[in-house]
Amino acid sequence: MPDGQLTTTGPDVRGRFGEFGGRYVPETLMHPIEELERAYLDAKSDAAFQTEFKRLLRYYAGRPTPLYHAERLTKHLGGAQIYLKREDLLHTGAHKINNCIGQGLLAVRMGKTRLVAETGAGQHGVATATVAALLGLECHVYMGEEDMARQSPNVFRMRLLGTEVVGVASGSKTLKDAINEGMRDWVTNIENTHYLMGSVLGPHPYPMIVRDFQRVIGQEARQQILELAGRLPDCLFACVGGGSNSIGLFFDFIPDAEVKMVGIEAGGRSLNLGEHAARFSGGKPGVLHGTYTYVLQDADGMIARTHSVSAGLDYPAVGPEHAALHQQGRVEYTYAGDQESLEAARLLARTEGIVPALESSHALAEVVKRAPAARKDAIFVVNLSGRGDKDLGIFQSAGIL
Amino acid sequence: MPTLSTSRIQEKFRRLREAGAKGLVIYVTAGDPSLEATGDLLAAIQAGGADIIELGIPFSDPLADGPVIQRASERALAGGTTLRKVLQAIPEWRKRVHLPLVLFSYYNPILQYGLEDFGRDASEVGADGVLAVDLSPEESGGYIETMRKWNLNTIFLGAPTSTDDRLARLANISTGFLYLIARAGVTGERSTLSGSTRPLIERVRKITSLPLVVGFGLSSPEQIRAVQELAEAAVVGSAVVRRIEEHFSTEGAAAIERYVRWLKEGTGSSPA
Repeated sequence: MPDGQLTTTGPDVRGRFGEFGGRYVPETLMHPIEELERAYLDAKSDAAFQTEFKRLLRYYAGRPTPLYHAERLTKHLGGAQIYLKREDLLHTGAHKINNCIGQGLLAVRMGKTRLVAETGAGQHGVATATVAALLGLECHVYMGEEDMARQSPNVFRMRLLGTEVVGVASGSKTLKDAINEGMRDWVTNIENTHYLMGSVLGPHPYPMIVRDFQRVIGQEARQQILELAGRLPDCLFACVGGGSNSIGLFFDFIPDAEVKMVGIEAGGRSLNLGEHAARFSGGKPGVLHGTYTYVLQDADGMIARTHSVSAGLDYPAVGPEHAALHQQGRVEYTYAGDQESLEAARLLARTEGIVPALESSHALAEVVKRAPAARKDAIFVVNLSGRGDKDLGIFQSAGIL
Repeated sequence: MPTLSTSRIQEKFRRLREAGAKGLVIYVTAGDPSLEATGDLLAAIQAGGADIIELGIPFSDPLADGPVIQRASERALAGGTTLRKVLQAIPEWRKRVHLPLVLFSYYNPILQYGLEDFGRDASEVGADGVLAVDLSPEESGGYIETMRKWNLNTIFLGAPTSTDDRLARLANISTGFLYLIARAGVTGERSTLSGSTRPLIERVRKITSLPLVVGFGLSSPEQIRAVQELAEAAVVGSAVVRRIEEHFSTEGAAAIERYVRWLKEGTGSSPA
């Protein structure tokens, strides 16, 4: 592996990735967070824990996922060779299960009997509910009422799995408000409860823990592309909501200076504040949900409402490690709008027979823009982070069927 | 650490101590239901016999607060209240209100205002202390320095979950008083005093001589009395805010004055 440049090898002991990250939480949560950090560092170096994590990833979740050469899509776009990292094939239909297995095992190790989680699109909620059932834990998932309406199949799945889905009617009724409510639950029930954060967000150590549990995506992809193509890819693409599937893909390629990386945020309807979730295009550094990072906000520091056709990207802050990678210039961040993402989903469905989640469709939309102009021997790897079954209603109402 | 000139907060606790009395701290959200109303409410809280006022700055994502203060925050924001407008309104309120005033905010509004600008403006308009509810000691280096420079007391929260080491650190960076959270959880009224309150206060007493102020969940004279047996002052927040929500539109600030007086008289402590 070439010597790393521009690496975020963080976080440091204070939980900082460069100037971003840290711990901005009410004092009541500091002890549980410190307890979690100790438990995680202990588990990280415990071979038995890692063996059990890998066993469940393999036999329960279905890892490794294939790296698939999408030849018809490649031919259609007429440029770069496109490879899809098929996280959509995992149990529960998205990469979220990787992190949930890891944190679920950690919760058991800490003696916790109850999980709480937030969910936007419902993928993290379903993965948490699944792991709760697998490990015999009680589970409460907080979900904005707007998200419950637009991702209702996932609400039913969670209930079937024995989880209590709690609707959140405050604020924008989406992911941000679900996190507020989840943290209120946690601070009230810290004795028996583990907060199972679904993305590389929140106070340290969450961004580190979630990244570490998602790193497997990039570790596999790196090995797979070397086997399939004999060399490293030219460019990686992944959508960025909180940023867990993207950091999972990117992290092990960071030292490979020849590999470009592009993170795609939700461009929504327009770049007017309130109509998108493109934090690096409209946000500035601030504090939300325990971490210092890029946040969409007004001049007075009030957190902005956001919009995306994709519930999983509809969030006003981005993981602090992404903020550092943005500042270092190691990753390029751009955005794709609602409409072009819907069209990218249809294109993948019709060329490859794969229906992608609307989140992942944002990454595909960027590939659609860039692949035609790229050399035919260029290699693009796209994280197909989830499948689109949950989005059928949106495809239908958007009139693209 | 440099010694400050005695603040209004320190002076208040000195006088309480000399009178053998305990304090009552009242929380309201600024701008709920309007900034004009807040001026009247602060005067009413003072008239009712409160010793210190905590003025909440509304925030879009108040994750440490229960539903009552969340709704107050939403009402205030809907009316256009911002930290800047609150600071601009304080000089007018100060014509009527002489009680120590603690600004109780989430960190992001302060950060976006700019630490230096905020410290200067808050100090100049007559605020006495600041409590940033989601600012941990670990992240508060520059903040403490700046607030101290502007003679603002820096008040931090101690919790039942805090270890003795953390409590010592929190006491060390707090000036004016240390605010203890009576129970794990968000703000909001509870019918009984938590079993975790007394052990927390006993632990903190061994660590610091700062005045101790206890809040979260208090709403009746009985609870306040129980806290005042142990600590220098008790905070009532959500119960006041709920009364503003229910009664202000029909009865005005008089309803709040009456409630504060009931709390104060019910505790049997004389005003200092």
